[in-house]
Amino acid sequence: MAKLEDQRTTVYKVDPEHPESANLPTLRTEELLLNMGPQHPSTHGVLKVILELEGERIVKATPVMGFLHRGVEKLAEDGTYHQFIPHTDRLDYVCAMYNNFAYCRAVEKLMNITVPERAEYLRTIVAEVQRIIGHQFWLGTQALDIGAMTVFFYTFRDREILLDWFDELCGARLTTSWYRIGGVERNFTPSLLDKLRRFLDYFLPKIDEYVVFLEKNRIWIARTKGVAVISAEDALSFGLSGPTLRGSGVDYDLRKYESYGAYPRCEFSVPVGKNGDTYDRYWIRVEEMRESVKIIRQCLDQMAAEGPIMADVPSVTLPPKDRVFTNLESMIQQFKLFSQGFDAPPGEIYCGTEAHKGELGFYIVSTGGGKPYRLKIRAPSFIHMGAFDHMARGYMIADAVTIFGTYDIVMGECDR
Amino acid sequence: MHPIAERIQQLFPTGFVKAVEWRGDLAITVTRDSLHEVARFLRDDPAMDCDYLVHVSSVDWPDDEERFEVVYEVYSIRKRHRVRFKTRVPESDCEVDSLTDIWKGANFMEREVYDMMGIRFRNHPDLRRVLMPDEYNEGYPLRKDFPLRGKGWRDTFEFLNEAQS
Repeated sequence: MAKLEDQRTTVYKVDPEHPESANLPTLRTEELLLNMGPQHPSTHGVLKVILELEGERIVKATPVMGFLHRGVEKLAEDGTYHQFIPHTDRLDYVCAMYNNFAYCRAVEKLMNITVPERAEYLRTIVAEVQRIIGHQFWLGTQALDIGAMTVFFYTFRDREILLDWFDELCGARLTTSWYRIGGVERNFTPSLLDKLRRFLDYFLPKIDEYVVFLEKNRIWIARTKGVAVISAEDALSFGLSGPTLRGSGVDYDLRKYESYGAYPRCEFSVPVGKNGDTYDRYWIRVEEMRESVKIIRQCLDQMAAEGPIMADVPSVTLPPKDRVFTNLESMIQQFKLFSQGFDAPPGEIYCGTEAHKGELGFYIVSTGGGKPYRLKIRAPSFIHMGAFDHMARGYMIADAVTIFGTYDIVMGECDR
Repeated sequence: MHPIAERIQQLFPTGFVKAVEWRGDLAITVTRDSLHEVARFLRDDPAMDCDYLVHVSSVDWPDDEERFEVVYEVYSIRKRHRVRFKTRVPESDCEVDSLTDIWKGANFMEREVYDMMGIRFRNHPDLRRVLMPDEYNEGYPLRKDFPLRGKGWRDTFEFLNEAQS
């Protein structure tokens, strides 16, 4: 034993004047490359990130994407404008309604169509319901990724109610395709209205229930506060949008900036964070759920009981389904619209919509005819991934999971 | 003409090509050489103040002499205006200046344009494919001469191909 002590003192003794003279054993200090994904459960689909590590710290992160690339933009060039609506469901497959909404708005801008008032209200209500679903989904999975499992069960239980509500509305839970160019496909039934009102009364106190699990949880606070901080200047420069941008203190929200739908007739506030960290973005999303409830309630109160749900532009919009089966002209109109499409004027437009992830925009170039010449999707998830390296540097491997989550990333939209 | 377009025409008389306003969107075409200067002006000038890059896109016009069009769209958070500026590049020399030094977000967006349309960006820090595999060498998918339907399992059936041709 004594001998060992001697050895230690002799071998590791370092003269502070001449540290190089010490006979220290060589330590390996090379950087470690770690492939995270594409099969990692917390990468929200098929995302791979190559992490360059120094110990447990991230030195550089290189996202590798495209595992879910289906060439949606190319497919758009082959179909008519109406035929592209179901493709938009598969972009952000968690929140299909908002994609439909964004796309239909873009085509309406191209065709210069004004949507009837009742349809605007219906669209806004369903979009906000979709926003609640998106945020519930986000909250559950983000908490699950960080290690808080219970919230996941609570949010998914309530999300299920809304998905069933969608099922009753349009016959599908996820790939909805309920929006149409110029309006919506189907009206609300009294049962749907009643269920929605009752859900809102049920849901508002439930938000506090979710929050209790997290805001008093030391692990959650430690893993979100001060993690993945991005300054307002950088966030703007990277083109972030939605809660990811608002967490840094920029109140950019297209519902306010370029208001559309029934939003100008509703009173609501846009929550804005100040620290630009994961916790602020979490707080914004929770507050947005409360604001969504407010918006839906106002829409339900203001909406007229009756009214057209589709713009009356026979050259572009689809005839009502009951007329198609009984009326010859309507049947011909329906057939022509689906086989040839409508004749769009030559020109180009960009139309951005505030989806719950951020600004979802469609840039459409038309040269006339029934098909888009070029259709570009500005997908917030893809653009958020551009800032991943910047936001991940200096944090731990475990925080990489938090950062995927904080963007609310969905690979279907990111890879298109 | 739109005041922003007028301003750009005054400041860049040789770079300015045309301005189109349609459905409330302003689109300014500039020459390839002045793209970077115009972009810098749009961000730095206090009256323009376009601090937010919305998207970078590209359009293929195979019949035109300058085949490709690179489209940038910027927005001003404080002034709340939107400007789309674009430039044309010929196929023989399809390269434009990267705007990564002006907006950091241009990095990924330009990579996507390179990946999909094959337009190269000068001074881009990391110009690699982003959605297609790195070793993919069958062209650029969003070009108009890229086939819409790929080769696959169905091509192994001769009777199907005969019926099509």
